[in-house]
Amino acid sequence: MKIRQLNVYRGPCAILSDLNVDIPQGKWTSVIGPNGAGKSSLLQAMTGLLKRDGSITVDDVNISSLTQKDLAKKIAWLDQASNTSDEFGDSLSVYDTVMLGRLPHQGWLHLPSKIDHVVVEQALQQTDVWHLRQRPLQQLSGGERQRVLLARLLAVDSDILLMDEPLANLDPPHQADFLKWQGKLLAQGKTLVTVLHEIHFALRADHVVMLNRGKLHFQGSSQDPATHQALIGLFDGRIHLEKLGGDWVALPN
Amino acid sequence: MQKNHFLGKLIGLLILSGVLVLLGTLLGSMGPSWNMQGPDQTVLFDIRLPRSLGAYLAGALLGLAGGIAQSLFRNPLADPYLLGSASGALLGVGSILCFAYLGNSWLEIIGLNGGAFLGALLGVLASLLLAGGYRSSLRLLLSGVVISVILGAANSLFTFIRPDLFQSIQSFMLGNTTLLNWSGVEMMAIALFICLLITLIISPVLDALSLGENTARTLGLPLDQLRLILIGILALATGCAVAQTGLVAFVGLAAPHLVRKLSGGRQRVQLIFSCLGGGILLLSSDLIARTLFAPIEIPVGVVTAVLGGIYLLALLRRTPAGVRT
Repeated sequence: MKIRQLNVYRGPCAILSDLNVDIPQGKWTSVIGPNGAGKSSLLQAMTGLLKRDGSITVDDVNISSLTQKDLAKKIAWLDQASNTSDEFGDSLSVYDTVMLGRLPHQGWLHLPSKIDHVVVEQALQQTDVWHLRQRPLQQLSGGERQRVLLARLLAVDSDILLMDEPLANLDPPHQADFLKWQGKLLAQGKTLVTVLHEIHFALRADHVVMLNRGKLHFQGSSQDPATHQALIGLFDGRIHLEKLGGDWVALPN
Repeated sequence: MQKNHFLGKLIGLLILSGVLVLLGTLLGSMGPSWNMQGPDQTVLFDIRLPRSLGAYLAGALLGLAGGIAQSLFRNPLADPYLLGSASGALLGVGSILCFAYLGNSWLEIIGLNGGAFLGALLGVLASLLLAGGYRSSLRLLLSGVVISVILGAANSLFTFIRPDLFQSIQSFMLGNTTLLNWSGVEMMAIALFICLLITLIISPVLDALSLGENTARTLGLPLDQLRLILIGILALATGCAVAQTGLVAFVGLAAPHLVRKLSGGRQRVQLIFSCLGGGILLLSSDLIARTLFAPIEIPVGVVTAVLGGIYLLALLRRTPAGVRT
């Protein structure tokens, strides 16, 4: 995925400007930045949710030329957990919630096919919520709910998965599971883009994109020392990085 | 997944509906009658049967409109009259009554039912115009409130100028099933079939909205177009119902809540059950209205408000805080 001269707007204000970013295919890219840097807006622009100019191309095809349905099949997006809790909502079951991920693949009557049921079952198994499938979403804990929403994302079965704070509400064992799921998805050739506040997890990605105040601060390999220096600079030198058990960890100064 | 449960519940609600229509045909303010010959035949087939079927269909239309309103606006207090349709219908009826003496042939052609229908549609249209479209639910809801107040004020002016119309307008406001006839039944049956069919086809958009509007958009749904269609259906179903039965209170608000526990959350099921629940609520209220103090009939809207209100209160007391009904 190639992003060139991207400007993104919320109303009349540009919240991202002149952005040039490369998202390597079949790799995991982390988007990092302080609050208000424009990380979530970048993901939303990539799904066509926000007004933008410039170009975003996938396999040399500009996403502006895709129909809404084709774009939905190509790029799946997981919103921040706080935006997907609906106080009124309805008591939709876990299974039916995950089935919503199949909407881009269904016809105008939206009747699930056998394939849809198989994909939904796999997604539920993968995120360890198969046993909850008949429970209404409103009866789940925050972590269980997040795993269901991840399953909904997986059910879209798209090549590119965008995740905004996917670790929110997950306990440490399920955060570790998340890394395993990422590994499996990468093995299937999927391209993953995550917005993460947990820098030690973000540095497990292959590629890191740093944003600050709506502009690109740096992009590069997560293991590159230049990336680490840029990261420390991004947070005004208020953190330092240490290697712990083979992984980089960010600690406050 | 729960197909068998759905079928069982559907059959149960349909049987209850059938029993109520039968009771509505046999019972009345003049006492029970089941003689299929002579004058009783006229009472049964030309008065009570269309009245019972009409009350059921009006309730079903209001139940469907209420279900759509609550899901579309993500608000359990939303009802079909929210977007100015009730005050529009009232103004339509008030206008026809107020200017009928002028002998205008157009007013005669439109009639009270037509006036209520057109008024309801114009009320919703005015709300849409004031909101600057249909994309923002909050703006639309606020516009509905403003339009309701303005049209309500205009209607008050009619009753101020023509105090003799007060009783007729009051009768429309309380809901009235006594004038239902076969043509009204036919019209509501056709409207219900069209509205329900289209709603069921596009109902996954309402399911997807539970994940947030942005997520629904990224699932490839043409959200804006589908939302406009749903608002159109809401206006059509409400307009058809109020044109025939007046502003029956509470059915559209209460019916979706009455059946929510049965539906299991999927909008396709919820909306079918809301229809049936609305029909059952209005027809059972009508039965009570015409038999409780027979031969005197009390306004059906009073009964729906009391029945629906008591049930919702009971539901609220049974439901622990923090759990949605």
